[in-house]
Amino acid sequence: MSNKEKKKLTPVQQQYQSFSKAREPQRPVLFNCVKAFLVGGAICALGQGVSDFFIWNFDFTEKTVGNPTVAVMILLSVILTSLGVYDHIAQFAGAGTAIPVTGFANSMASAAIEHRSEGFVLGVGGNMFKLAGSVIVFGVFAAFLVALIKTTLTLLGGS
Amino acid sequence: MEAYFWAFVVGGLICVVGQLLLDVGKLTPAHTVSTLVVVGAVLAGFDLYEPLIDFAGAGATVPITSFGNSLVHGAMAEAERTGIVGILTGIFEVTSAGISAAIIFSFLAALLFKPKG
Repeated sequence: MSNKEKKKLTPVQQQYQSFSKAREPQRPVLFNCVKAFLVGGAICALGQGVSDFFIWNFDFTEKTVGNPTVAVMILLSVILTSLGVYDHIAQFAGAGTAIPVTGFANSMASAAIEHRSEGFVLGVGGNMFKLAGSVIVFGVFAAFLVALIKTTLTLLGGS
Repeated sequence: MEAYFWAFVVGGLICVVGQLLLDVGKLTPAHTVSTLVVVGAVLAGFDLYEPLIDFAGAGATVPITSFGNSLVHGAMAEAERTGIVGILTGIFEVTSAGISAAIIFSFLAALLFKPKG
């Protein structure tokens, strides 16, 4: 909570804030980071294996292999999510499973499966992007700004 | 084997950054992932993400930061061909595989599986 918000609170509320803060369990930051590093690194090494598979067996270069790799990683993640395994790994690894693209697929697949009981249109269709939507919205808007600035600079530079 | 080592290290380090945002920055997972996508897009703007992919391979393409990078690259490639409108038409050009795959497989999963627990 920022200082600005704190000033609006009554003294009792402020007391409670410091009381709850003192009793908040300490997060084992270092241990969490080690777990995130190991699991995240393992997922990326697996992705490297998938990349090499595509380069050796199909006509992909190191530049173009990113797309099929991501697709396969997403497929794996959706399968593990459907079987209920991914959530257990995620509980252990924290950001190690959330940051790779598999976490993106996990958030979509789990939302889709979870809301199935509300029907396919309103439940599955409407909720699939509930968590993943923010990634796409901010990604697209940031990319739009970056591309706009770069294109404008190139045009101004006359190259 | 060296490629696997660097993919492991770089991918792991990006995840550590995410974990620090979660634990130290006290962000929600959605905020963390959104932040990293924006970081990827900004790095792409300075042409810094492509060298990282050359160096680390899947260590740079598998984390979500590469999604921001791919969005910028699709937009830029199309903008070079067709001018400024290309930003709109090209923004999903490179990321189509990831988004389509995620939608299609997730929908199939919803058809086939029931929620657990």
